[in-house]
Amino acid sequence: MNIHEYQSKQILKWYGINVPNGQPAFSPEEAARIAKDLGTPVAVVKAQIYAGGRGKAGGVKLAHNIDEVKYFASQLLGKRLVTHQTGPEGKVVNRLLIEEGSDIEKEYYLSFVIDRKTAQVVMMGSAEGGMEIEKVAAEMPDRIFTEYIDPATGLMPFQAKKLAYRMGFKKEVLNKAMDLMEKLYTVFVEKDCSLAEINPMVVTKENTVVALDAKLNFDDSALFRHPDIVALRDESEEDPKESAAAKASLSYVNLGGDVACMVNGAGLAMATVDIIKFYGGEPANFLDVGGDSTVEKIAEAFRIMQSDDQVHSIFVNIFGGINKCDVIAGGIVEAAKVVGLKVPVIARLDGTNVEQGRAILAEAKVPQVYMAPHMTDGAKLAVELAAKHKAAGKSGKGA
Amino acid sequence: MSIYINKNTRVVVQGITGHQASFHTKIALDYGTNIVAGVTPGHGGEIVLGRIPVFNTVQDAVNATGANASVIYVPARFAADSICEAVAANLDLVVCITEHIPVLDMVKVRAFMKGKKTKLIGPNCPGILTVDECRLGLLPTYIHKKGHVGVISRSGTLTYEATYQLTLAGLGQTTCVGLGGDPVKGLDFIEVLEAFNKDPDTYAMVMIGEIGGTAEEDAAKWIKANTKKPVVAFIAGRQAPPGKRMGHAGAIISGGKGTAADKIKALNAAGIEVADTVADIGATMVSVLKKAGLFEKCHTC
Repeated sequence: MNIHEYQSKQILKWYGINVPNGQPAFSPEEAARIAKDLGTPVAVVKAQIYAGGRGKAGGVKLAHNIDEVKYFASQLLGKRLVTHQTGPEGKVVNRLLIEEGSDIEKEYYLSFVIDRKTAQVVMMGSAEGGMEIEKVAAEMPDRIFTEYIDPATGLMPFQAKKLAYRMGFKKEVLNKAMDLMEKLYTVFVEKDCSLAEINPMVVTKENTVVALDAKLNFDDSALFRHPDIVALRDESEEDPKESAAAKASLSYVNLGGDVACMVNGAGLAMATVDIIKFYGGEPANFLDVGGDSTVEKIAEAFRIMQSDDQVHSIFVNIFGGINKCDVIAGGIVEAAKVVGLKVPVIARLDGTNVEQGRAILAEAKVPQVYMAPHMTDGAKLAVELAAKHKAAGKSGKGA
Repeated sequence: MSIYINKNTRVVVQGITGHQASFHTKIALDYGTNIVAGVTPGHGGEIVLGRIPVFNTVQDAVNATGANASVIYVPARFAADSICEAVAANLDLVVCITEHIPVLDMVKVRAFMKGKKTKLIGPNCPGILTVDECRLGLLPTYIHKKGHVGVISRSGTLTYEATYQLTLAGLGQTTCVGLGGDPVKGLDFIEVLEAFNKDPDTYAMVMIGEIGGTAEEDAAKWIKANTKKPVVAFIAGRQAPPGKRMGHAGAIISGGKGTAADKIKALNAAGIEVADTVADIGATMVSVLKKAGLFEKCHTC
């Protein structure tokens, strides 16, 4: 789960990490009032979206008076910001962070992530602050320093010291930098983060160490023990279909194309998206209905896929293991009755009780449902029928 | 022969009184699995499924029955503790089926396991099955036939899909291992490939990977340097966008790392054939075995 920068900074502040003073704003008037209250000569107006690269995309502005704050705020609010992380469609800015400007002497990078290979939390630091860390890693990997942390001891003082020296902090701020590292590690483990990143971490001309930007991501599997984090979720930042799917315990990712798929199992769902593309189609989504599908769940999946005019065909790809094909087939027939089928549905069923499953679909004679004997045929047919449906000028919604 | 489990493996089921556990324990018993005990705290002294004694702790079960492997079906918030309980009881193998265990809990589990003899498969996995001998987890039994191909996969349904394609092509299996879809887990490709490489009955391996991490790239290097047995691969997630979790907690491209393209490139560079689509895994294995002159030896069903 993601949260906004201003929310991440609020959490860091609770843990005693220095962040610039600031408040979120939802209108130009609110932005101006916050800047007035801050009373600093320079205020920073920052677009709040769930994506990095905002500075380069024009989402961060320096204002030298209240009128400028108001002007930049009205420019940014409602604007579609396209960064290297948003994809070409960009993200609409609905919130801003208005904060005091900082007198920066030098910028650094600091983060904590999970390292799969060692099964440990790893702390990474670099003196190349403010840059995309992926770029630093690719172009000058020797400028990134790492410390692997034993969960039994936590981050040891010597590790923070080692990293702080390697990052090259001057002696006046060395202890402050180490202190920030220890506090950020505490945030990471206490809040079950999957990423805690400060980029840039800055040393100011007044010799303070400040988290000028902050990004916290959380482990979805641990949210049950963090209701305070769940409360920060901003659904307007999420794809509406993805939110609806999450509520129905379906795993759904919108991929933008027009050939949808409904699959059991995450691996097969990924592989189904791939096979649609392999045969020339544009996949609309990843959708895993899981191993214990009920009729209600399948009906909800059909409703979500057909909730707008994005989709021109649906490929149902089921390998019945513990799931039985007859149950799935019954689910499709029920779903067709409950939500209706607006686009062609191509069903490939294999595995447990496949004969019964195919018989159920054959007997029900649901219009628009086609049986595919093999996965390859199914993928090809789904691509072909989507193209025909589109060419006929039918939309998923109106047909 | 086989790897990790066989008909002599003495199995304890942790969380045996739960719905999913009792359903799968019954299938495993029917398959011939030597299940000797179950564990559910508070249910010690009960008998389930007609003949399986239940204990309050894993240690009690081990003391009474000599169990040496466990399969875990307990809910996510208790599962990490259950793994540690099994490791502390010195079992040879622990298979954890449970999905959605917090990653930092698994970090602690892995630290706890250091220096101990137990091997862990999972979590968030379909389990492991040695054909006609032993089944720990969810793998459907009827798709398997006895033979000489080893299967390793990060995904449940893709394990079934690949195994079924092998069976339909007449290629039976020794053991099928589902590694699980989590970022921090137990055994990974290299350890299981190593075990298959040592197994005289396994002549070839299928490995099914997906986006996220670099385990497939590491495995490619290991294969090139260490085994002469043919390996066929498939990688799911060619179309996955960066930064999006594709169902599995571990299936995410982050910081430009873990793309399907990188994995396929590394595998090809190691001389490993990668199936173009999920529907071609069986056919790819047939053609690779024919080229290696092993098809007749592997054609067992």
